[in-house]
Amino acid sequence: MSVTILELDGVSKSFDKQSAVSDVSISVQKGEFIALMGPSGCGKTTTLRMIAGLEAPTEGQIRIWGRDVSQDAPWRRDTPLVWQSYALFPFMSVRRNVEFGLKQRGMIAKDRAEKADEWLARMGIAAFAERMPHQLSGGQRQRVALARALATEPELLLLDEPLSALDPHLKVSMQTELVRLHRELGITFVCVTHSHSEAFAMADRVVIMDKGTVQQVGAPQQIHRRADNRFVAEFLGASNILEVEVESVDASVVTAVSAIGRLSTPTPTNMPVQVGGALSMVVAMDRVEITKSPSGAVNQVSGRIAMLEVMGASITAIVETEGGVTLRSQLSSRDMESNPLTVGDTVVASWDPASAYFVAH
Amino acid sequence: MSRRTGSMGDILALLSLRGWAIVVFAFIFAPIVSMAAFSFNADRFPSLPWAGFSLTWYEQVFADPMIRRGLVNSLVVALAVAPLSTAIGFLAAYVDYRFQFFGKRLYMALASLPPTVPVVIMGVAMLTFQGRIGLSGTLFGIIAAHVVISAPFAMVLIRMRLADLGTDIEAAAWNLGAGPWATLREVVIPFCAPAILASIFITAAVSFDEFMIAWFISGQNETLPVRVLALLQGQVSPRINAIGTLVFTTSMLLVILAQALTFRSKAGRR
Repeated sequence: MSVTILELDGVSKSFDKQSAVSDVSISVQKGEFIALMGPSGCGKTTTLRMIAGLEAPTEGQIRIWGRDVSQDAPWRRDTPLVWQSYALFPFMSVRRNVEFGLKQRGMIAKDRAEKADEWLARMGIAAFAERMPHQLSGGQRQRVALARALATEPELLLLDEPLSALDPHLKVSMQTELVRLHRELGITFVCVTHSHSEAFAMADRVVIMDKGTVQQVGAPQQIHRRADNRFVAEFLGASNILEVEVESVDASVVTAVSAIGRLSTPTPTNMPVQVGGALSMVVAMDRVEITKSPSGAVNQVSGRIAMLEVMGASITAIVETEGGVTLRSQLSSRDMESNPLTVGDTVVASWDPASAYFVAH
Repeated sequence: MSRRTGSMGDILALLSLRGWAIVVFAFIFAPIVSMAAFSFNADRFPSLPWAGFSLTWYEQVFADPMIRRGLVNSLVVALAVAPLSTAIGFLAAYVDYRFQFFGKRLYMALASLPPTVPVVIMGVAMLTFQGRIGLSGTLFGIIAAHVVISAPFAMVLIRMRLADLGTDIEAAAWNLGAGPWATLREVVIPFCAPAILASIFITAAVSFDEFMIAWFISGQNETLPVRVLALLQGQVSPRINAIGTLVFTTSMLLVILAQALTFRSKAGRR
């Protein structure tokens, strides 16, 4: 089933000796929804611009359908981009904006008007065909930008922070719409975003970047379950990260000492662990349980509830432990009903050893 | 002007401010208004009382073959200068918008320089230079000289417009399959159209009004302002008033058209 449409092979880009992207290799399957995610300045947008041909890589190859396009001019590729700023042509009507790509492909006026109207209808903005871009709201402009990019029926659509300029309430509906569009069209989407909630909600696979390099590639679930390194774990922000020193290692269990005591974790198979080695231990917040009395679990720490952050239906309990480390536990409102907590309560935080894992420092 | 209900003091201040503005404008425009008024005066001398309405001076102006030739020369020169200097101005502005290169500041300084050179110096320089290459005294020579001084005006106007063209817009056109020429033709030039039109009118006005350089180099091919000076040196005739009114009206029309275009494009953009 998997046919590679887009390959980045050791792609690097520097501007005036300043490296923006270094040695990025990604392979994208036909029909995939890929999110390039990372903090600002991580090189995700430069990577997208290189795919579109707006920047040329300093090293490496970009292949579309196996053909090296690295040095091809942007107008010789079929990689339409939905711009963060929308970049609609301000002096053209909505319809003429959507027709633009078709016109460049030599389609006659009547056909391209028809095609443009078809896409405008599909995006639910047929009524605005005669309007000028400045007469539209942000959400409507976004739809025009999508219609314009899709009108030429590309196999690969690039999106640069498609939701960042929208109002919060529009973000979620547009997110759903992008996913629906992706499913209906069956084409490949490569989307740049700095928001992991967006990336995780929409993408089949997420590429996490930092300082111009790829940190981890994987399905959202997979990345969420197991970060490859400390940067990813911190960037996702959904985990407790504990500094530990390995005390003993056997075939199945690693015992490590941390500021909050002795902790057990299954012996990892993907990295060497040596006695005396310093590692970071990652425990997802939603895996940390809170009880009022010792639970008999292997990894448990007593502490005091310092704060309760309520975010809709989920509540984050911040536990100050005796070792001076804070642990965060994500609870549902149902957990709270069955086991009410208040700030100042003395509690025990515990987790199953199997839900924790190590990453290098 | 914002209105607010205020004390007597505020009202007095406002009234005196308006009064002052009226005085200033009256001072500026009185000579022009009197010129226009006396151009329709039947009396030969510009003195009150008014001797009655007459078009005599206009008839005489149009009957004078020297003035007619001057007018035709001025029009031909302005019509040639406007598109040429606008084209050059556009290219200069586009180079500034589009490219980053070493020495760009110097390039921009040189491109905006000509109007800051004293016209007398420019006139003498043009005369010497054009005399050497055999252009002096020809309409083509005047056109060339006027292009030099009006192109920077075109550049400034178009540059202002280009500053409003989002940095992604050109790239968006390339991204949709338009090559650099198609992008220039279908995106950049249409976007700049109001500024291009405005600059055609402004450069035409600059050329139509220009006296000093034309005086140095026009030779037998006098433009209208040069002819006016020749007339003035010979005699003081009310025909001068008629010519002045015509020239002033033409220039003002061109400038007003340019302004209207610039403002309309500002209102229409976002």
